[in-house]
Amino acid sequence: MAALHSLAANPKLAQLEQNFQRLSRQRALYTFILIAVVLLSISGGLVVAADANSGSFFSGLSRFFDYPVELVRGAYDAGLWRLFSLCWHYLPYLIETINIALLATLIAFFLGGALSFLASRNLVSQRILVFCMRRVMDVTRAFPEMVIALLLVLIIGPSPVAAVMAVCFHSIGALAKQFSETNENADMRAVEGIASVGGNWLQQMRYGILPQVLPNFFSYCLLRLEVNVRASAILGFVGAGGLGAELKMVVDWNYGADILVIIFMLVTAISLIDYISAAVRRTFIGDAATL
Amino acid sequence: MTHVHMLEMNAIARKYPDVVDRPLLKKLVAPIVTLLILAYLAVCYVSFDIHSVAKRVRFDIASLYLLDSYAHKIHVSYRFKKPEAGFVVSLEGNRNTVYSENPDWVQSSGANASIDLGRDGFVRVKDGIVSYRHPDYAQDFQVKTGQGAPTYTGRETPEWLRVSATQVDARPSLYSRIRVTKSRIEIQRYFAGWENFWFDFDSPLNGKSFGEVVSLAFSAQRLDPQQSNISLIFSEFWYNEEWLHGDIAYALLQTLVMAVVGTLIAGILALPMAFAAARNVNRNRVSRFGLRRLFDFLRGVDNLIWSLIFIRAFGLGPLSGTFAIFFTDTGTFGKLFSEAIENADKKQAEGVQATGASPVQKYRFGVFPQILPLFISQMLYYLESNTRSATVIGALGAGGIGLKLLETMRTRQDWENTTYIIALVIILVILIDNLSSWLRAKLIGGDSH
Repeated sequence: MAALHSLAANPKLAQLEQNFQRLSRQRALYTFILIAVVLLSISGGLVVAADANSGSFFSGLSRFFDYPVELVRGAYDAGLWRLFSLCWHYLPYLIETINIALLATLIAFFLGGALSFLASRNLVSQRILVFCMRRVMDVTRAFPEMVIALLLVLIIGPSPVAAVMAVCFHSIGALAKQFSETNENADMRAVEGIASVGGNWLQQMRYGILPQVLPNFFSYCLLRLEVNVRASAILGFVGAGGLGAELKMVVDWNYGADILVIIFMLVTAISLIDYISAAVRRTFIGDAATL
Repeated sequence: MTHVHMLEMNAIARKYPDVVDRPLLKKLVAPIVTLLILAYLAVCYVSFDIHSVAKRVRFDIASLYLLDSYAHKIHVSYRFKKPEAGFVVSLEGNRNTVYSENPDWVQSSGANASIDLGRDGFVRVKDGIVSYRHPDYAQDFQVKTGQGAPTYTGRETPEWLRVSATQVDARPSLYSRIRVTKSRIEIQRYFAGWENFWFDFDSPLNGKSFGEVVSLAFSAQRLDPQQSNISLIFSEFWYNEEWLHGDIAYALLQTLVMAVVGTLIAGILALPMAFAAARNVNRNRVSRFGLRRLFDFLRGVDNLIWSLIFIRAFGLGPLSGTFAIFFTDTGTFGKLFSEAIENADKKQAEGVQATGASPVQKYRFGVFPQILPLFISQMLYYLESNTRSATVIGALGAGGIGLKLLETMRTRQDWENTTYIIALVIILVILIDNLSSWLRAKLIGGDSH
């Protein structure tokens, strides 16, 4: 204690102590403000949401399990054999949904990859080009897939092609952004080396940048594939084919067994793809697979 | 360009044989991958039936929608049963939006009129004969009206002119249309721009320029004795019956609420669950396994399916959407955070423990600061993607801007409203995106993503 007193007597240390106190007070204030803002937005938001909702929260709480129970009862009545045959029946639609996601991701990989090189500040000297490409990316990324799918379904009719184009459009922007961030973190020495022996811009990109960033590109692509499988399942709801379209139909008809089978298939497929892609990503970029 | 000497080249080739002359297997990788991709594309071409879809594409509908999304059309019509009304000029042919004065491109008196269609020529109606002069054709196209169905008396019929037993329909370009039927003559012309975007057709403020409105706002003379000019301007704008600015703003708020509240609750709830699911915090293998599977389940059941279940329980509306987002994201955050906790550096926690801290203090001061940046950045990152998800599940019944969008699309006429809503959604998403990256940089410093 005596030592502490003598420390406090030191004017420099007293100053330090004061600064520390001030900073910790400031910190506590910021934390308090943050918590207050979070609590306010949650409670305010819930009030707005409950106000606009057609049913109320507390009356709904008791009914929460009604629908799942209804579905399970429907499945129980159908029996195991019928459930298996339903799985078999819906399998082609599941494959279609996965195909939509796969094709869209594949196209977005190439187009987004090409776009990303033009949107990286370290690779393109024209600032204006980078700026324009980034704004293009922002807009394509901001488009919800659903909006494009709705428009396309009106123009080309209900078809999985609408879903492919919608998912692809959004994915191009999303992938190009992640790709260009990877490009900007790439080591520029390889590019300089190739430039010094007379390689043109395309060769610099192909041999200087691409080998460095490709593992990351693949990794982002696999993550995007997971997202896209979910998205293409949802797009079926607006008539863009796949398992989502079937789900919408059986939900409208209230076929408990069918609904449960489709949900089960979707969840299994999504989890399986998550699992496989995590494993593959680990081989590409090592343990930092979560990015 | 530096030239490498032959001898040097050989020396390099000997030193790095794999680079200059790559093994056969590596050489084959690129062509095989290319072939596989092409084969897959071919399979997709067949299985998605792209050939017949390409034939089905309705470019005419697409261009009409596109035109309608940025332009409005004005109808000039004459009904044979109501000759006393003469030629009526109205917006989109609506009975409530009839102009009291003819615009300068329409001159009419009784049953005769002369209508200028700009670049598409002009139409003259005289003594029951509609004659249309197209700038590319030497002769007028004439239609005789009167008793029964109209008769086309012109010699040639270009492809944009359709004559049927009941009507003559000419569409010289997308921007104009001339239709003569048994009961009426109707001429439509498109003009660029959103009509009545600020104020309703019959609002006292309609047609006033921006400067006039501003000067009105500050003038003491009241247009409406009941309220001040500023509140009149605001209410005329906010309750615009065609554009529904107020309703759309409220719908946007609902969508935003779904995204923000769903993300926040998910993050706050997932944090303790993630600690309980981390190997280095919770020694109980069974409970850990259970939590992990719970996260997988919450995440795997997409928020679309959660929203179906919640809509059944809580009814249509943003509350159901909020819960759907909150359920899915609790799973996602739980998984991400628990992995981060497991990867956290042990030394800090041990250091805190060595000072005699309780277990709670150990994790609060030893582990939590390490995962805080990830916690914040993931939540902000998901906020942006949830804004888009909220729009989507909104369209499927959770309300908000998604539902408004679907409603305007269903009418297949209000394409200008659809465009307006899409523009607002995109602006909202881009704003949230920028805000979240700004906050990320501010809160955790550096350029992390």
